Amino acid sequence: METHSYFPVPPGVGMEENFLSLDDILLSHERLPSRTECTFPRLGFLEKSSDSRDIQEGTKMEMPLFLAKGLYERKRRVVSVELPKVYKEGWRTVFNADPTVVDLHKMGPYYYGLGSQLLHFDSPENPEIAQAVLQTFIGRFRRTMDSSQNAYNEDTSALVERLDYLERALFRAGQSGLNSFQNWERGRASTITASSLVLNYRKRKITDLQP
Amino acid sequence: MFCEKAIEIIRELHRMGDGQLPAFNEDGIRQVLEEMKALYEQNQSDVNEAKSEGKSELIPTIKFRHCCLLRNQRCIAAYLYDRLLRIRTLRWEYGSVLPTNIRFHMCAEELEWFNQYKKSLATFMRSLGGEEGLDITQDMKPPKSLYIEVRCLKDHGEFEIDDGTIILLKKNSQHFLPRWKCEQLIRQGVLEHIMS
Repeated sequence: METHSYFPVPPGVGMEENFLSLDDILLSHERLPSRTECTFPRLGFLEKSSDSRDIQEGTKMEMPLFLAKGLYERKRRVVSVELPKVYKEGWRTVFNADPTVVDLHKMGPYYYGLGSQLLHFDSPENPEIAQAVLQTFIGRFRRTMDSSQNAYNEDTSALVERLDYLERALFRAGQSGLNSFQNWERGRASTITASSLVLNYRKRKITDLQP
Repeated sequence: MFCEKAIEIIRELHRMGDGQLPAFNEDGIRQVLEEMKALYEQNQSDVNEAKSEGKSELIPTIKFRHCCLLRNQRCIAAYLYDRLLRIRTLRWEYGSVLPTNIRFHMCAEELEWFNQYKKSLATFMRSLGGEEGLDITQDMKPPKSLYIEVRCLKDHGEFEIDDGTIILLKKNSQHFLPRWKCEQLIRQGVLEHIMS
């Protein structure tokens, strides 16, 4: 079994973000439909649809999560954030009906992460969003766990295709556990193996040579 | 939009999820730093204007730029930190001497950091286990026997073992060697551990 000594900074849990985590940085770059509630002078060039020098009050724009989080204030209305469609009532009903049929990779891929982050914005629907995200996870977890524990030595791309980012990480953890266990059972756990880093590096070098 | 370049360098690093070290994106970092400088200067002049002329309507814009400034800072910090984690891994996977093509992927400061890390680790290992010290990068898996059977995967040249015998490591040849001597070579993919 390959041993890893590279452990990236883990993403934050729940509503927290981990400052140095690459996953969380990518998550907080997801765009949210939002509306400006005051004028932003001199930033008109960011908004391609109008020629105005300023971003006018009431402009609808897609704002990255980190910016919406930074600008959002409870007391003073600077921006208001709308829900992306997967968290809206309509989709929540779909998730309620059968969470396992939804392609979360296409809908997200940070469905759970973004859903938790949305709770930072005071929306009346917050409790329902939290509930929907949790129930979706519960509904899908069993299948994710099951498939990760039973796919040994086979192509898993079809299994992970529709999984959200968080679920993929869980799937990988399950697979690595399964592989280690199988190795141990066959008495191969004590074999010293070449570092996967070295092997992958060599693989890449060969492909680099080919035009 | 601001911060596009910063997210690009993060994506580039994130794509190599298995811990490989991509080339240091000096150009990307420079562009992000330039954007930060521009943001800072624009904000500085707007802050002065807001203060001296009492233009409080500028405040949302200042805050907007400030968020982007902090964002860029976060991306750069995370980029550099994640690279350091990868470089630290290289010490454990490749040993203290890195192949040249990997060294080419590091910037001068990273090379210096690697050397310092190597030194710290060596000092620590010397302080362990009495006089000779203890190599903690050895025996990552508990050993079952002192000698193991290995097969050569490529020509590696001559190799001296403890008792002074010199062995020629030729491709496809098989040897029975002291485990602690060849563990590193197995990790590097020169030898293959054979279990009967």
